[in-house]
Amino acid sequence: MSGRHESGDRGSPYAPHTADETAAMLDAVGADDVSELFDIPEAVAFDGEFDIEERTEREAERHVRGLLSRNDDLTEFLGRGHYEHYVPSLVDHLSLRSEFLTSYTQYQPEITQGFLQALFEYQSMLVELTGLDIVNASMYDHATALAEAALLAARVRSTDGDRVLVPDYLLANRRDVLENYTDGAGLSVETFATDDGNVDADALAEAIDDDAVMVYAENPTTRGTVEENLETVGDLADDHDALFCLGSDPVALSILQEPAAVGADVVVGDAATLGLPTAYGMGLGLFACRDDFVRQVPGRLVGASEDAADKRTYTLTLQTREQHIRKERATSNICTNQAWVALRTAIHAAYLGPDGLVNLANDCVRLADDLAERLDDVTGLQAPVHDRHHFREFVAHTDQPANAVVADLEAEGFAVHAVGDHEIQVCITDSNEHAADRLVAAFEEVA
Amino acid sequence: MNYDQARWTDGETKRGEDADGQYEPLLSEKNSEEVEVESPLPDELTRDSVELPDLEEPQLARHYTRLSQMNYGVESGPYPLGSCTMKYNPKFTEDVAALPSAGVHHDRSDRSLQGTLGLMAGLQEYLADIGGMDAVSLQPPAGAAGEFTGILVAKAFHEHNGEGDQRDEIIVPDSAHGTNFASAALAGYDVVELPSGDDGRVDLEALEAAASDRTALFMLTNPNTLGLFERDIEEIADIVHDAGGLLYYDGANLNALLGQARPGDMGFDIMHYNVHKTFATPHGGGGPGAGPVGVVSDLAEFLPAPRVRETEDGEAEYERFDPENTVGKVHGFEGNWLVLVKAYAYIARLGDDGLSDAAEKAVLNANYLASQIEYEVPFEPFHHEFVASAGDQDAADVAKRMLDYGVHPPTTKWPEIVSEALMTEPTEIESKDTLDQLADAFDRVAAEDDETLANAPNRTTARRIDQTSAARDLRLSWQSLDGDEE
Repeated sequence: MSGRHESGDRGSPYAPHTADETAAMLDAVGADDVSELFDIPEAVAFDGEFDIEERTEREAERHVRGLLSRNDDLTEFLGRGHYEHYVPSLVDHLSLRSEFLTSYTQYQPEITQGFLQALFEYQSMLVELTGLDIVNASMYDHATALAEAALLAARVRSTDGDRVLVPDYLLANRRDVLENYTDGAGLSVETFATDDGNVDADALAEAIDDDAVMVYAENPTTRGTVEENLETVGDLADDHDALFCLGSDPVALSILQEPAAVGADVVVGDAATLGLPTAYGMGLGLFACRDDFVRQVPGRLVGASEDAADKRTYTLTLQTREQHIRKERATSNICTNQAWVALRTAIHAAYLGPDGLVNLANDCVRLADDLAERLDDVTGLQAPVHDRHHFREFVAHTDQPANAVVADLEAEGFAVHAVGDHEIQVCITDSNEHAADRLVAAFEEVA
Repeated sequence: MNYDQARWTDGETKRGEDADGQYEPLLSEKNSEEVEVESPLPDELTRDSVELPDLEEPQLARHYTRLSQMNYGVESGPYPLGSCTMKYNPKFTEDVAALPSAGVHHDRSDRSLQGTLGLMAGLQEYLADIGGMDAVSLQPPAGAAGEFTGILVAKAFHEHNGEGDQRDEIIVPDSAHGTNFASAALAGYDVVELPSGDDGRVDLEALEAAASDRTALFMLTNPNTLGLFERDIEEIADIVHDAGGLLYYDGANLNALLGQARPGDMGFDIMHYNVHKTFATPHGGGGPGAGPVGVVSDLAEFLPAPRVRETEDGEAEYERFDPENTVGKVHGFEGNWLVLVKAYAYIARLGDDGLSDAAEKAVLNANYLASQIEYEVPFEPFHHEFVASAGDQDAADVAKRMLDYGVHPPTTKWPEIVSEALMTEPTEIESKDTLDQLADAFDRVAAEDDETLANAPNRTTARRIDQTSAARDLRLSWQSLDGDEE
């Protein structure tokens, strides 16, 4: 049997028209040829070729597989904002159900209750983990969520001001996004010093004034340390009527100090630490805040409602904040977001349950401690650099130039970060702990 | 077409007591556990407890399967949602995106990521060819992020030419997507809204009047949101360029032009591609998408960093590099990479002929469907989508009633140029039979009375949902339901 769209047949394999049907449809619209339906002036019509060959599915699959196979098979001990935990099979199988995967934004709630309920459940689980009242669903990633937090701070703050204060460990990529997003609002991003991987309370007290609209800190920090001064940050922000924005993620939040309890007004982060494996930085922007800000929140919100049968249902709500209604006065320009990743995060969180989440988070503490201790025993390495508690990752000092150590490790099949002339950063989770012995052995060879 | 959507009430875990009060219960209502947090960390650095649902895997599988059955996707039935281009998403693209070789960390060396970088270079080239652009950045994670990025590029260009402060306006047609306005505002620009002409297209005189030495950018989609091709596009480009501004192409409607015309050839300087629309990657219930940005050569130096290029030694090796006057970053990493893999695979599958045929069939389908329905279509000739008017009926009610006939309705009440608008885009994936069923659904609803419409839908999981009370009495988490009376 020859398939209609196998090799040699010309045209989109996903347009199901037979020649007879095409003819009947053209007849119905009164055209002899499809080209008559195009209202394009000759001067701008395209008559060239892209020279993209048409492939059968197996040829296309083989082509893409072949391209990607040029990636080296390295065991990654990488973090710094992009983390991998084991994602249970259940997450793939359920989230790939086409009713979820191939649907659009829930503008017709009666027929999209399933996705709306899943997003409501995502919001609820993150409300529990952050202790804040509102979680949106969703932003693109940690960096853009941080930027939206600064814009929110500028909108809701009662007095003027234009300073956004960030710690000196802030990742350059996050800072760059933050500056790009806030430039149009006239905000300026300024750095305060940190002390041994934590906020330096004196430096922050020195830096903050009534022109600060927001203070940002992380827990765990970019350097893998657990922050010990969150309440101080919250108090200082409060004293100056600035918002306190905390960066974190759902795994860390399940054991670390509850953001609401230390005075955080906004929590941002990458929630894809649950739900997505490493995907070249693709993520899920977490955005949570206090309910005072509900009408200024960026992004989509799912709320409970009732239907005509008086049953509880779910729907997108407060859409008058959004760009398709409010246009240039919207709380953000976001339209397509990361809803499907939020679905995956919700399934992963529900799969783990409260015990599973706490255990996973505790593993992130123990595994990092153990590995740092073992690397500290390797000649030429001192780990961790910071005398703090750690979560998932830590910075180590290398006697050799860090770049050389990283390159040598890559030749041995491992990837770690170089973060300074003599500093490397190593991240360990449930996804790579099985290779910890081999990593230590490799360090012994190259350090 | 008869249709009944799944509706689940759970009498098992609730023992029937609330079975009439809700559809599928929330996870928290099935089982919730509060656990004390015991940790290797000192107590003062940890929380006391955490309370979350605690269900076994089979129960979770059933919960999410039920939720999926209470949701409508492209594979559930027709989804002619105007401006959204809800196409079928080939399955093999999911498989290649799930390959272990696709799942890499961002911070690895270029040398170890030749597959990832090679695919990105290939996609940059595909998109540049298709759009008639000279350089492409893949970083923006969605269409609106692409708009924002394009505006940042335009801003950097004007600043580079010493006109940054002077050019503080962006012109946007009244029929444009809301994101155009919001993206312009986000970048700090004043928005000048351009009224459409009587024929639904850009009014050249109005544009002449609006364009000035304050114009940074004119944002336009072509075909526009009424599906109409802006036939005066060369004159439009001249007006904008003569005023010293740049012309931006909103790629939402690119599906109509694949292989037929290219934004670059029409005089556009900057564009974004909605790969989740045009190149059939799943919309995921609202995302992720990806919104790569293409520019003409004069603007390439301002694109986000890094981009990907072949190394100069001609060894077919790839590297990341920062454009000379880059605007920096618009996403923490490189955007929605897995979506880009799927888009690449889709383009590699279709090739020139498949892409061109997709546009032809999309336009044929829209024209055929419009010819088969009773509702008036005031503006034509349209391309891949048309805007019908529900006339005396309420377009939102029409949409609710269409759900009963097993089809996802069009986009309603937008653009406002057409009263009670039904903005319809069947895409190329629908067969003649399906289009006939869609037309039948339109016509049945057109013949029905207002009361029938107002009481719809009846065959979906939920009956008509009260949007007003959802906004007035905000319940945004299950924690906020505690006071609810069941």
